[in-house]
Amino acid sequence: MASTAELLHPPFPKHPGPLPGLGYHRPRPVLETMPTVPPLQRGKYRLGLPRAWTYGWLLGPAMLLAYWAVGSTSGFIDSRILPAPWVAVTTGIDLLQDGRLHHNVLVSALRAAQGLFFGATLGVAVAFLSGLSLVGGYLFDSVIQLKRAIPTLALIPFFILWFGVGETMKVTMIGVFVFLPIYVHTHNALRGIDLRFVELAETMRISYLEYLRHVVLPGALPGIMLGLRFGVMAAWVSLVVVEQINTTSGIGYMINLARNYAQSDVMLVGLLLYAVLGLASDFAVRLVERKVLSWRRTLGQ
Amino acid sequence: MSGTMHTGPIVRVRNLVRRFTVKGVLNGLDLDIAPGEFIALLGRSGSGKSTLLRAIADLDHEATGSGDLFVPERISVVFQDSRLLPWRRLIDNVILGLRGSDARERGLKALAEVGLAGRETAWPHELSGGEQQRVALARSLVRDPELLLADEPFGALDALTRIKMHGLVKRLVSIHNPAVLLVTHDVDEAIALADRIIVLDQGVIVADLPNAHHDDDIEQLEHTAATRRLLLRHLGVGHDGRALAPEAVDAAH
Repeated sequence: MASTAELLHPPFPKHPGPLPGLGYHRPRPVLETMPTVPPLQRGKYRLGLPRAWTYGWLLGPAMLLAYWAVGSTSGFIDSRILPAPWVAVTTGIDLLQDGRLHHNVLVSALRAAQGLFFGATLGVAVAFLSGLSLVGGYLFDSVIQLKRAIPTLALIPFFILWFGVGETMKVTMIGVFVFLPIYVHTHNALRGIDLRFVELAETMRISYLEYLRHVVLPGALPGIMLGLRFGVMAAWVSLVVVEQINTTSGIGYMINLARNYAQSDVMLVGLLLYAVLGLASDFAVRLVERKVLSWRRTLGQ
Repeated sequence: MSGTMHTGPIVRVRNLVRRFTVKGVLNGLDLDIAPGEFIALLGRSGSGKSTLLRAIADLDHEATGSGDLFVPERISVVFQDSRLLPWRRLIDNVILGLRGSDARERGLKALAEVGLAGRETAWPHELSGGEQQRVALARSLVRDPELLLADEPFGALDALTRIKMHGLVKRLVSIHNPAVLLVTHDVDEAIALADRIIVLDQGVIVADLPNAHHDDDIEQLEHTAATRRLLLRHLGVGHDGRALAPEAVDAAH
């Protein structure tokens, strides 16, 4: 038989007891001494936090910025090697005020967008041709793998011969940079489509167009979106290459010019611009990805 | 009701030979399926029962073979896994590829028939295994098939869900009245559902039994027990659950 005291203060759950050094501890009623149940923890194979942070993706960049700022203030990072972050901001404001910056950004963004559009469209289209038919694969896939082995940079002289030194060459060049990752990921996703769903489509006797729309496209969409993320980045990164050639505008041009005059602060603005534009466009693609792949149940959600 | 009037069988298989499939072969198999007939196809693994089903469903591209195969126009297949497209909501899975302005309406009706009214906008992963299989059933029946092929459709379900599925299938088949070819390894499932039970061994039919359903409980019990014992012997299992010697199985055939 349990005593009244035991009923009121059962040995389980155990009260944590007075904190050391706090002196007399008044026993509390049972309910109050019940430990509050912690929120259900995710399993150890899950991603850790009980809930996702709203702006969690900013944590890494913020830490990097903090390290940079502290290093610059303390003199740990020599300003001749890397200017302080606020130098980049003030230089950026100067460049904005004399109108150079947004002109360059606009020109670059237009080039990147055009290259992205053509590269992505062609990448997905050719991947469908080579991914969904053996003959298409024989025709295109090895050629594209060949191209992958040739550095795109090494093709620049030929591109100048073929397309001149104007905008056509630049947009084509960006398109090539964008095309490759989108092609590879889309092709891979198409060949990886679950055969069970292909069989289902066969027994349903749906038209090829319906098969593409209901089985192939949604099935390959995760791969296409991943390719697009690489492609968007490739579009920005390729600017620095193509804008070395016969240009008087663009972020790449601005960086190259600054390099010639050893203006490390302007170069820094250019680099940060790439970083911000790249991060922003990647974020945009991921937003679209989350929207169109909302049916998925994955570890990342 | 399917509404189609056939005088002869809707499926006619003559001297069907299939080889070099992943597993199982057919060695000159003959089979007729009458309209509205419910056939359960039993057999040990590798006996060729799935091979036969895939041949009739025209899914055996990798096989070589010969023989004549006449099949109806409208065939639906239910697989062991539900094969719901994870990226389409239930209703869109059910009416996949369905034509006509009333497709959605028909889909909703089919979902209601399997007891999933009101769940049409759910995603497949939100459903239990049994519910997913019910959607797969709705998807196959909404096409008003003349022949329903089912490849161990309840094999992955728990025992209680399976019994409920049996009741549902009986009800739905009596409404839509397709011919059914049910591949199963479950003797009791075959006895509970089929009008005719066929046992396959090494690619040929070794037993072809009518399976009547009796109104009288005692008669039904006796019939079930006798059929069960007979079928198990064909499948190489003795009445005490021991494996039978090959000669004994051959003798049973």
